[in-house]
Amino acid sequence: MSEIGLVLISVGVVFDLFGCIGLVRLPDIYNRLQAATKCVTLGTCMILIGVAFYTGLDAIGVKAIICAVFILLTSPTGAHALARGSHRSGVPLWEGSVGDKYREDKEGGEVHEEA
Amino acid sequence: MIWWMFFSILALSGLMCLYRVGAGPTPPDRTVAIDIFGTLVVGFCALLGIIEGRDFFLNIAIAWALLSFLGTVALAKYLEGRGFDE
Repeated sequence: MSEIGLVLISVGVVFDLFGCIGLVRLPDIYNRLQAATKCVTLGTCMILIGVAFYTGLDAIGVKAIICAVFILLTSPTGAHALARGSHRSGVPLWEGSVGDKYREDKEGGEVHEEA
Repeated sequence: MIWWMFFSILALSGLMCLYRVGAGPTPPDRTVAIDIFGTLVVGFCALLGIIEGRDFFLNIAIAWALLSFLGTVALAKYLEGRGFDE
């Protein structure tokens, strides 16, 4: 069991690193949000499940599983609220973006402004 | 040995997040980086719990995840420019 835990923790740590590289490298807020949120949520959940595999069902393992479920529920919710808030507060998209479906929905029609 | 590798990679990721907190051009960038940093700290606390063999690090992790989520949602509503009851 501890070998499965170590493999899960290793993969999770690498996912965290890739998510943070995306957070530094990508051009605007929306790209950074999707890269960082998806990669880091999956990576941290894999670390926590790996901790639960490594220690078995004692106090650490059960708390790790509870924490993984909690992060899996709250992190996408926070990212969605943040994307909506930043779009409504008028943060512009990157100039290479090809579409803005949320603005089309809000204005009730097609908006053709290809960059 | 392998635990030092895990902690080093997580610390490097945290430093990248702190770079984005400092250099983000807009306020939502900094908020995203703080949110991601909180999620990284949760994983860090879980690994510390294994190393030390004690379970109160996981309590810290659960509380940190809860506070990080509340802070993110509050900052998102503040950026949206509306009240909390809408």
